[in-house]
Amino acid sequence: MATLAPVDVTTDSTPPAIAPAGRKRVSVGRVIAWIVMIVIMVVTLAPFYWIIRTALSSNGDLLTHPSDPFPVGFSLDSFKRVFGWQTGAAAVAAGGAGQPINFWLYLRNSVIVSCLVTAGQVFFSAMAAYAFARLKWRARGPVFAVFLAGLMVPAIFTFLPNFVLIKELHMIDTLIGIALPSMLISPFAIFFLRQFFATIPNEIEEAALIDGASKVGIFFRLVIPMSAAPITTLAVLTYITSWNDYFWPLMVSYTDKSRVLTVALAVFKSQTPNTGPDWAGLMAATLVAALPMLVLFLVFARRIVNSIGFSGIK
Amino acid sequence: MASNVVSPASKTSSRGSDSRKHSDDTRLALLFITPAAVGFLVFLIWPLIRGIYLSFTSYNLLTPATWNGLNNYKQMILDPVFWNALKVTLEYVVINIGVQTIIALVIAVMMQRLTKSLVVRGIILTPYLVSNVVAALTGLWILDTNLGIFNELLKLIGINPVGFFTDGPWVIPTIALVNVWRYVGYTSLLIFAGLQTIPPDLYEAARTDGASEVQMFARITMPLLRPILALVLIISIIGSFQVFDTVSVTTQGGPVDSSRVLQYYIYDMAFGRFRFGYASALSVALLIVLMIVTFIQYRLTRAGQTDLA
Repeated sequence: MATLAPVDVTTDSTPPAIAPAGRKRVSVGRVIAWIVMIVIMVVTLAPFYWIIRTALSSNGDLLTHPSDPFPVGFSLDSFKRVFGWQTGAAAVAAGGAGQPINFWLYLRNSVIVSCLVTAGQVFFSAMAAYAFARLKWRARGPVFAVFLAGLMVPAIFTFLPNFVLIKELHMIDTLIGIALPSMLISPFAIFFLRQFFATIPNEIEEAALIDGASKVGIFFRLVIPMSAAPITTLAVLTYITSWNDYFWPLMVSYTDKSRVLTVALAVFKSQTPNTGPDWAGLMAATLVAALPMLVLFLVFARRIVNSIGFSGIK
Repeated sequence: MASNVVSPASKTSSRGSDSRKHSDDTRLALLFITPAAVGFLVFLIWPLIRGIYLSFTSYNLLTPATWNGLNNYKQMILDPVFWNALKVTLEYVVINIGVQTIIALVIAVMMQRLTKSLVVRGIILTPYLVSNVVAALTGLWILDTNLGIFNELLKLIGINPVGFFTDGPWVIPTIALVNVWRYVGYTSLLIFAGLQTIPPDLYEAARTDGASEVQMFARITMPLLRPILALVLIISIIGSFQVFDTVSVTTQGGPVDSSRVLQYYIYDMAFGRFRFGYASALSVALLIVLMIVTFIQYRLTRAGQTDLA
């Protein structure tokens, strides 16, 4: 089973295998390897620069100077369009579609959906993980195995029937309808947290029991605080995944009231003005939609990077 | 290393149950797993059953589904668009996974041998933090036929502009490579984590014996990495088969049907033509394809075994 998991690669205190012998081996091979590595990093980051460069340009100048490495006809109009600070006429004049964009509404919707999904999924999965890791009950093993098997069902297959279900529940075009299917469970989250809960020493739990704590109290006052780090990591990852989700919100959301940023971006793209796509506006919108996750990544980079690994490989 | 993470669980819990035989938490446990169990049954198992049921019906969402036996499947077998979608999806998966795995392996091995810097790993992972929609829009702009910077650069070296998203033969490779950009860093970090499980003294010993980097890669890294690489492949191939977002944002299946991947065809059938029964049958077909691919791959790569043992 390969998943995101708590294999901490950096705390590995063993020096890089190359280090001791590496001193005098500044070979041609290593230089070439570094060059390749730098090229890969540049290719990885270049599109981000191009987004910024385009967003800070004006559409007219983009047409005439497509290959200028710096912003052409520097202007913040594109951001004004995205934030709805520009009148329709001014937007059309600047090469925009002129339709109103409720950016703040979409942002609010994305925040609500991602918060609901993250809070629900992490809390309910933590409860289940606690039951699987620390409570004693007879069906524990088989039930856990069944939950794990849920990891095997491709998400793609549940989309259509879940849409029908959400429709029957009259939750189409609502934020709760978007959030609900992933709020209650993630087999992965249970699997992920169970490992941490299981490593909490039994002695601590028994001491708390002797002090008169209940099992519920132990969960809230002992297990959750002691697992703050992995819970945070899981929450950040869940939030990012939910924020970037496109297919399911696209199916469920029909109007502005439940439209999230990813869907709004695609709609914005499809409103191409007669003069050609509003590239400056599109890139500004792209930047604004991606920025919250990039900031989150900057804050939690160490946790996120280290959380990617394997566990439970036989 | 990997298995260590799981094993303490079973040890501690079994020790615990010996010392506290009298306690039984069944009631509390049931309470604690209730939300997850409800979610599991309602949003995972029930849709699985229902999806299979709907594939044997005619259903347009407005009137109740009516049983029509194997009609959807009969139609599917005769549907040239379905077979084309399957072909296009396979083409996408082969290009996407082939390129992604090779680049990810190169990055991972270089990171292992050159640097364990967190900054490098952070940079490599950055595209994974943005959505498929953002990646698709950015790709659409950079690769635009008339204004895209990539075509401008091609012009500089004397190559005529390419219609990456408008020229039939180019669209699937283009979409595949845009998604490589987004996922290759993530894949390489998975492989990198796998590389950490290879004992460093193996490399030390090899170097003492005068082995070159290439020899060490072929004789140590590859054999020991094989089971992890197999798992990475299974996961990424399953994900790759479900490609939708990028197609939906950029080409919407076109030009003609040249990028109409299965998942987009299913979506179009359900929400464009309200043929939920047929769309469900297509989903079952995709599910079966995924099961077959996983099974074959598992057998071929002997994913469960490691040469380390």
